[in-house]
Amino acid sequence: MDLNVAAQLNSFLAAFVLLTAFGMLVQRRMYGLVHLFTWQGFFLSINTAVVGFVAGKHHLYISSILTLSLKVILLPYILHVLIRRLKVHKEVEVVVNIPMTMMMGIALVIFSYYLMAPVTQLSTLVTRSTLAVALATVMIGLLMMITRKHAVTQIIGFLAMENGLFFAATSATYGMPLVVELGVALDILIAAFIFGIFFFHIHTTFDSLDVDQMARLKEED
Amino acid sequence: MKLYRFVIEFLQLAILLGVAPAFTGWVRMLKCWSQGRTSAGIFQPYRDILKLFSKDIFLADNASWIFRFTPYLVFGTAVLAGAIIPMLSLELPIASTADVIVLVALFAIARFFTALAGMDIGTAFGGMGSSREMTIASLAEPAMLMAIFTVSLASKSTSLSQMVHVIYSGQIALRPSLAFAFFAFILIALAETGRIPVDNPATHLELTMIHEAMILEYSGRHLALIEWASMMKLFLFVMLGVAAFAPWGIAESGDIIAISLAFVFMLLKLVIVGIVLVMIETGLAKMRIFRLTEFLGSAFLLATLGMLSFFILE
Repeated sequence: MDLNVAAQLNSFLAAFVLLTAFGMLVQRRMYGLVHLFTWQGFFLSINTAVVGFVAGKHHLYISSILTLSLKVILLPYILHVLIRRLKVHKEVEVVVNIPMTMMMGIALVIFSYYLMAPVTQLSTLVTRSTLAVALATVMIGLLMMITRKHAVTQIIGFLAMENGLFFAATSATYGMPLVVELGVALDILIAAFIFGIFFFHIHTTFDSLDVDQMARLKEED
Repeated sequence: MKLYRFVIEFLQLAILLGVAPAFTGWVRMLKCWSQGRTSAGIFQPYRDILKLFSKDIFLADNASWIFRFTPYLVFGTAVLAGAIIPMLSLELPIASTADVIVLVALFAIARFFTALAGMDIGTAFGGMGSSREMTIASLAEPAMLMAIFTVSLASKSTSLSQMVHVIYSGQIALRPSLAFAFFAFILIALAETGRIPVDNPATHLELTMIHEAMILEYSGRHLALIEWASMMKLFLFVMLGVAAFAPWGIAESGDIIAISLAFVFMLLKLVIVGIVLVMIETGLAKMRIFRLTEFLGSAFLLATLGMLSFFILE
């Protein structure tokens, strides 16, 4: 594989990461969201391997495998179990309607492009153009956390944000040191377990995972 | 041996008129098979058209000239659009006078007059169909233009022949913007040609029909022309997609061997597109009409993302 093709493959995969981020923003079904999250992790892991090849940094292969096992296999599995146990697989409620959310997402992409344009000009890496996409993925994850009412969806938004950050690290500096990446991966895994426990607590307390319910923490007046 | 450019043009029109019903027949046949029914064969659309041509026209008393004129206009714009899109060869004399934007405008004219004709008689169905059709059009056309602009950004031209030239010259390899534009184009083509998630071409159920509701009052040769034109429209959208995203096989010159090869390639692509189309149609249920804004909104989103990724990633 020659370097030019690898660079093109990199931007192609970046486009798919962005596409899955938008897909999650638009998707109404809970299982659909988990599937899209899985795909995003999958593209991210291939992209990491490609960047590792381009840059000749072999520790990126390890983080690619780490991403694959964690974000494509383990986290989706945990989310599936959660959704099944909590019986929350019906349609997701949204605060803002979906076409509006899409427009906001596009605005965020343009914003992050403008924000990253000077950084991109300073950088000399092959992956510099994907930096804007990475920032946009983070922003869209954030937007998803804001526009969704359901606790599980918000967590998926959070995980998507983490995907974006990981992507930003690979495209800005060819990845963080392996120790840091291992630490982050472990954090995410622990966080997923803690979320699971919290979901069960919220569910038993409020009989629902709708975060609007939490506005009524004080006693009835 | 080289063919004259006008000969190619006429050859292409003949193929458009001749193959379009067969393509529709192929799609219907596959659909019958996929649903476990016996099909009427690939040539049934020809028989339908012939039958309709031999029938008398039954015209409402209050039909104005718009109603009588529309079938000819719809048919004419479809034929003209077929003269612009490169199917066999890039050397089309008419193609240099019109680009993709003109093509979109041609489809828009046909749609505008069909909607007018739907309201002309004054039946409830016609008006309902027209209103729905225009709702879809207002959402699909910006997305369509956006998708096409994305492709023309990559080739720096809005002429279809030029786009194909650029793809042939190998300047475009793995372009994310083209991938986005392609997905957007698929969604739009489904909406524009009235295929299943948007409109069901086989239905006459009053709650769901869109295109059929507008042409409900037509009969005889008028109906034949409109049916034929809508078959051509399906064929043309396939050809447009092929020319913009997968033109391999289209001849660059007027060489007779290259053109016959191009014809074989075209048939091959039509067979494949038919199978994919039927797979999409059998896999999906018809969408509620209020969900269409989301469907076409995501087409617009994809096209816009394609355009953005052209600037960001390329």
